[in-house]
Amino acid sequence: MTSRLPRKLNPLLLGSALALGLSLASNAQAEELRIGFIAPVTGIFAQIGKDMTDGFQLYLDQHGGKLGGADVKFIVEDDQGKPDTGVIKAKKLILQDKVNMFIGGLLASTGYALAPVSTAEKTLYISSISSADDLTQRQLDKYPYFARTSWTSSQPEQPLGQWACDQGYKKVVTIAADYAFGYESVGGFQKVFEDCGGKVIQKIWPPLGTKDFGPYIPNIKADADAIFSLMVGPMALQFPKQLRAAGIKKPITAGGTSYDEFVLPFMGDEVIGDVSALHYSAAIETPANEAFVKAYRTKYGKVPSYYSENNYTTAMWLDEAMKQAGGKYPGPEKFIKIMEGIKLDAPRGPVRMDDMRNPIENVYIKKVEKKKMFGYDKAELWNTVIKTYPAVSQFWTYGKEKFLKQPVYSRDFPACKYCE
Amino acid sequence: MTQTMKIVSVAAVLVVLAVIVPHSSSFVVLLTTRAMCFAILAMSVDLLLGFTGLSSMGQAAYFGVGAYLTAILAAKFHFGLGWDFWLVVLMGMAIGAALAALFGLFAIRASGVYFLMITLALGQCVWGLAYRWNSLTGGDNGINVTNRPNFGLDLTNERTFFFLVFAFFAASLILLYILVRSPFGRSLEGIRERELRMQILGYNTWLHKYIAFIIAGAFGGLAGVLWAHTNGLISPETVVLTTSVDSLLMVVLGGAGTLVGAAIGSGIVFALREYLSTLVPWWQYALGGVYVLTILYLPTGLMGFPARLRQIRGASTKNPSKSGDAKKLASAPS
Repeated sequence: MTSRLPRKLNPLLLGSALALGLSLASNAQAEELRIGFIAPVTGIFAQIGKDMTDGFQLYLDQHGGKLGGADVKFIVEDDQGKPDTGVIKAKKLILQDKVNMFIGGLLASTGYALAPVSTAEKTLYISSISSADDLTQRQLDKYPYFARTSWTSSQPEQPLGQWACDQGYKKVVTIAADYAFGYESVGGFQKVFEDCGGKVIQKIWPPLGTKDFGPYIPNIKADADAIFSLMVGPMALQFPKQLRAAGIKKPITAGGTSYDEFVLPFMGDEVIGDVSALHYSAAIETPANEAFVKAYRTKYGKVPSYYSENNYTTAMWLDEAMKQAGGKYPGPEKFIKIMEGIKLDAPRGPVRMDDMRNPIENVYIKKVEKKKMFGYDKAELWNTVIKTYPAVSQFWTYGKEKFLKQPVYSRDFPACKYCE
Repeated sequence: MTQTMKIVSVAAVLVVLAVIVPHSSSFVVLLTTRAMCFAILAMSVDLLLGFTGLSSMGQAAYFGVGAYLTAILAAKFHFGLGWDFWLVVLMGMAIGAALAALFGLFAIRASGVYFLMITLALGQCVWGLAYRWNSLTGGDNGINVTNRPNFGLDLTNERTFFFLVFAFFAASLILLYILVRSPFGRSLEGIRERELRMQILGYNTWLHKYIAFIIAGAFGGLAGVLWAHTNGLISPETVVLTTSVDSLLMVVLGGAGTLVGAAIGSGIVFALREYLSTLVPWWQYALGGVYVLTILYLPTGLMGFPARLRQIRGASTKNPSKSGDAKKLASAPS
């Protein structure tokens, strides 16, 4: 018996050894999970890139460099905040480093550039920051190896439109960075705000990376009740300062990146009272978030921004998925399937994926306040949550079918009916 | 080194390139393909800078229109993905030449720093169009070219595609070499050295410069067509000022007025920017250092290295042989 069994097994063993030898490339990776991470390390968005990387790294460090039992090889590549460079870096990660998946990309335009790479190279791409709307909407069919753990640009702005309407604002001027992220954010805000009875009376588009808003601020119409601003990176610091210095006291309701914790510590007291919407605030008072904020601050000396949280949660998501996959990367399609079934209790609150591979998550309307939090002894600026819209989907209340019938939010959609 | 020896050594390097690269990792193949696209662009800049003495800061414009034409045709009309790819190549060159013919009318009348400023401004016009003309160019998001042409040869294969770009690169090098060695090329060099004298000799220098400008535009367009399929993403980033400056720096780095230098410069820039950057975080210092050192010690670019070496050796020998120089002068083609 005992001597016959091995003999029976012999051909089987031989066969599998052969198969192993043949597919050496894929089997060499079996024990480790190779993750490529694309973030700006140089250029004007370098600091955001650091937050992104730190967020992911923190989770890895807390879990002994393992996700779901697999050793992680974490390779960071610099895209300099340019979609073009992102593409070549993604190809490098796939061709040279043979990564199982690549994560990251900051700008919405980078997301639109990286998703086709995932299709062409049949490699999983997880967008942990880049919020390009259409990737999980009308274009999803083109990208079977793509999933998102962050948000769509319009996702928090749609509730914000409702909130602004509820405040009794009738006329709003929007000023937003002139690229996909700006168009989609303004579009989401405008659609809901106008469906509720408000009017967007002017749209201003300064280029991405604008440092001087002098030419734009005097043009803001005087009869507006409020200003919707959407700034990215260093732009966020400059705009409120210049706006208030110009003597304009109108309330600001903003896209989340305008007042994110990434810029908040560097802002002056003039921003107190400004309102923004996002799916994360460092000031969410839950034990999960408090623990995250404290761990992050101890390690990196600063309060985590949404860029940090999103990547931390992405790592958490991968961890759970790898656990369910038994510690072995099962290939992109299967992995996405597993990710879709996961419900997380992240620092940002409960998160799960909808059937278009975009998270359903809370959206927080936040007001900048100066106060002490989590036992830190200095009064600082925090994004206090003043209203929570629970479990917001990328389609808001419109429903998937109806929402997908309209074109993607752009510079021209929704049309500015009330602009003169 | 005699002219024949130079040609033979360049041909040998090309053959070595074509043999070795396809056997290296696919990322290296991709990088070399990218570098060769830019080498064509850099050589077109060299035709202006090195041979005609015009420092163009707007070469990205022709590169850009070629690339956008290819991308728009491929993405919106599925045109140029079979045999018609060759038609797109011709169209790309034609549109580059046509745009250069238009811009040349404004730019050629100026010289020196004014020429530089005008070409810069015109180049930025194209960038502005690419950024703003949303319905055609996709604005800031750009256009994704997901399919490569397939005409019997399946160019989706990186190695096959490498050979195609290699062929275009070699052909451009040969064509441009023939051009600069022709009487026309010689008169361009005359203009570079002393335009007034050429005018007195009866040359229509404006027309010469205009034609050179158009030819450079055509090669810029060709580089753009190839780039669209190499990169797979065409966005305003493609036509941004940095692209023009990069191509100019490649020429200066390799050695203006040598053609081969432009290709070498392109290779070095890509190796540092896209390969070294994946290894170390300080690659930008390396790139900057290479530029500074080249300007300081090799003002004629890396191609000037052998000459510089001879110079140093000549200076270290106490008795520089005057007769050798005289002999060289005598044998130099007049």
